Amino acid sequence: MSNKKKKKLTPVQQQYHSFSKAREPQRPVLLNVVRAFLAGGTICLLGQFIQDFFLWNFNFTEKTAGDPTVAVLILLSVILTASGVYDHIAQWSGAGTAVPVTGFANSIASAAIEHRSEGFVLGVGASMFQLAGSVIVFGVFAAFVVALIKTTLALLGGS
Amino acid sequence: MEAYFWAFVVGGLICVIGQLLLDVGKFTPAHTMSILVVSGAVLDGLGLYEPLIDFAGAGATVPITSFGNALVHGALAEAQTTGIIGILTGIFEVTSAGISAAIIFGFLAALLFKPKG
Repeated sequence: MSNKKKKKLTPVQQQYHSFSKAREPQRPVLLNVVRAFLAGGTICLLGQFIQDFFLWNFNFTEKTAGDPTVAVLILLSVILTASGVYDHIAQWSGAGTAVPVTGFANSIASAAIEHRSEGFVLGVGASMFQLAGSVIVFGVFAAFVVALIKTTLALLGGS
Repeated sequence: MEAYFWAFVVGGLICVIGQLLLDVGKFTPAHTMSILVVSGAVLDGLGLYEPLIDFAGAGATVPITSFGNALVHGALAEAQTTGIIGILTGIFEVTSAGISAAIIFGFLAALLFKPKG
């Protein structure tokens, strides 16, 4: 908690804050990092295998092989999510499964399945992007700003 | 063979950055993912992400950072051919496969499966 917020607390609240902080379980950062590295690396390795499979067996180029690779990884991730296996893997690997595109697919699929009981329109449709939405919104806005700057620079420099 | 090694290492390292943001930075998963996507977009703007893909292959294209990179790429490619409006029409050009696949498979999963636990 930042110092600004701390100042507004009463002495008792401050006391409680430091008390609860001392008792908070320490996160095993090093272990988490190693697991994230191994799991994330393995998923990317799998992605490389799939990409090379598409490159060698079908008429894909280095550039276009990315699309089917991502689609296959997403399909795998959705199947694992639906069968309940993904949760166990994610628990172990932390960011290792969340950061690759599989985590994006998992957040969409698990939100869709979870809100099914609220109906297909109000539940599945409305809740699907509950987590993935922020990724898309900030990704698109950042990309818009970057592309606008680069295009403007190119226009200024090119003319 | 070397390509596989670097895909593993670079992909793993990007996930380590994510894990550090979660554990040390105390960000929520949604904040972490947003930071990574924005980083990917900015890195591509600086011209640094494409060399990373050439070097690490799927190690750079599978993590969510490549989503930001692909958004910028589509926007810039379209802007080059159709002018400034291309930024709007091209932004989803490259990422369409990922987003469509996630929506379609996710919806199918919701049709077929019931929540567990």
